[in-house]
Amino acid sequence: MTSVKKKGILGDIKESLIKTLFQTSGMLAIIALMGIFALLLYTSVPAFKEIRLKEFLTSTRWDPTSPEKPEYGILAMIASSIMVTTGALLIAFPLGVAVAAYLSDLASPRVREILKPVIELLAAIPSVVVGFIGITITGPLISTIFKLNHGLTALNGSILLAIMALPTIISISEDSLRAVPLSYTEASLALGANRWQTLIRVKIPAAISGIVASLMLGLGRAVGETMTVLMATGNARAFPRGFLQSVRTLTATIAIELGEVPYYTTHYYALFALGLVLFILAFSVNLTADIILEKQRTKLQ
Amino acid sequence: MNTKIFTRIKKLAGGMLFGAILLTTLGLLLPTTVSAQKKMIQIKGSDTMVNLVQILAEEYMSKKPGTAIAVLGGGSGTGITALINGTCDVANHSREWKDRELDLAYEKGVRPRIFAIAVDALSIIVNDKNAVETLTMEQVGAIFRGEIKNWKAVGGPEMKISLYGRQSNSGTYAFLQEHVLNNKNYSPDVKEMNGNAQIIEAVTQDAAGIGYVGVGYLYDKKGEVRKGIKVLKIKKDENAPAYSPLDKEAVYSARYAISRPLYQSTNGKPSPAVADFIRFVLSPEGQSIVEKEGFFKVGKDLMEQNEKNLR
Repeated sequence: MTSVKKKGILGDIKESLIKTLFQTSGMLAIIALMGIFALLLYTSVPAFKEIRLKEFLTSTRWDPTSPEKPEYGILAMIASSIMVTTGALLIAFPLGVAVAAYLSDLASPRVREILKPVIELLAAIPSVVVGFIGITITGPLISTIFKLNHGLTALNGSILLAIMALPTIISISEDSLRAVPLSYTEASLALGANRWQTLIRVKIPAAISGIVASLMLGLGRAVGETMTVLMATGNARAFPRGFLQSVRTLTATIAIELGEVPYYTTHYYALFALGLVLFILAFSVNLTADIILEKQRTKLQ
Repeated sequence: MNTKIFTRIKKLAGGMLFGAILLTTLGLLLPTTVSAQKKMIQIKGSDTMVNLVQILAEEYMSKKPGTAIAVLGGGSGTGITALINGTCDVANHSREWKDRELDLAYEKGVRPRIFAIAVDALSIIVNDKNAVETLTMEQVGAIFRGEIKNWKAVGGPEMKISLYGRQSNSGTYAFLQEHVLNNKNYSPDVKEMNGNAQIIEAVTQDAAGIGYVGVGYLYDKKGEVRKGIKVLKIKKDENAPAYSPLDKEAVYSARYAISRPLYQSTNGKPSPAVADFIRFVLSPEGQSIVEKEGFFKVGKDLMEQNEKNLR
């Protein structure tokens, strides 16, 4: 395979040019990330000239356009965001791991060949369409099942986000289950364990870091999702008192208010502070996922 | 094997580069070619007005093919902000300018000229299964402030009130807050919907729901009031007679309590193209479209003010 064809000086220049090009593209991602972080930090700091940090983090009232007294508490929104995402993962995680186990252990190659791409296609549905399903199908369904007046609740958001997080969870879990060396399975079966025991006690523990990473990546997807929750959860500002209440998440608040806010006002800066909180949240989730995945890679080598 | 993949990547990268160059060139060329042929007017703002202005614009464009008008929604605040930031030619807004916005506009050298192009009766709607027929202004305010929590308190069934409203970028939100809630906060339990149509949809499904929408949204394509909702009659106070926003006479004579002008604003004296469009909107023909869409004509006093602003 080694090529010995002479390329001459022109070829060398071309090669080094291509190398630099790819290097800069690689660096670009880092620069963009740092740039976004710096911009968020720079634009959110002025907010705290007028808002006390303690009020920002611990108050549950957010009403920046109030004619009485503008209030900037984000606790209710953080709670809503966490609630909707946790709910989504409670639904998506068991389901996703079960599907992954089926695909890796039980499904015939033919079924898997059809099923896996189809599941991955789920990720291609635009979030606006998922939100639309929330308004027209799952919302009314929830209101009938729980005898509520309306279905625009945290539960509705959770179900929809679960649908959106499923492809990530299934795909990565299945990959890591299949990456478990065959010798593990063979050893377990040889010792007399049946397939269920092998799956539960050998394969899943061996693949656990990949499965956890899939959970974290699903979480990252769910926590930053905007359009779906904006359309499906009702956007009431009150502190969430349960899954059958309307909630308003961090992302929805930014999407609703950034379009109308007069530039360079406290409200404007406060929205960037919200963005910073969201960025830190999503970043730490993704970082944890990366660390766990890396751990698995070294373990299996 | 490796080289094969590499060639594929190279081809892909080449294709993407070519695509990017093509797109950029197109992007640079398009605006210039379009503006050379047509006069562009960008209109942005109130969600309540977006359908009405869209229809007015279509009618105008069919008469004057030399002008292209783009109408966007987003809310009154969005439109006013866009006018201040210079990203649109005309702002639609269903509330007046806030002092803060005026300050900001003057700071940036924007001198708004305001035209009243129609009158809207803000309608309070409930589900058609609800027994309540009339509310006073005070009751509507108390309901949306979250002080009255049960329909029983206003003569309805024993049922928790479920509130639907607009988001804070909406002129309707601001108008109701100022004129009906007496500048008090909305209840944090109000579910904030994306637009008038979504509120109607939600109230149709929610037996305990109450919401507020512009009068133009009450009618379906056939010009009848939409099914599943009931438009409440409003009393100015306990002893006053109740009027419905569907009653044109009551709105013209200002006996219906919650009506408001709908505005368009320009930066300074409107350019000839914009002025011509606004003249069309204010003409008897434009005003008859306003009526056909369920809104109300502009009265004489406001019309005289408009004329002054056009000059």
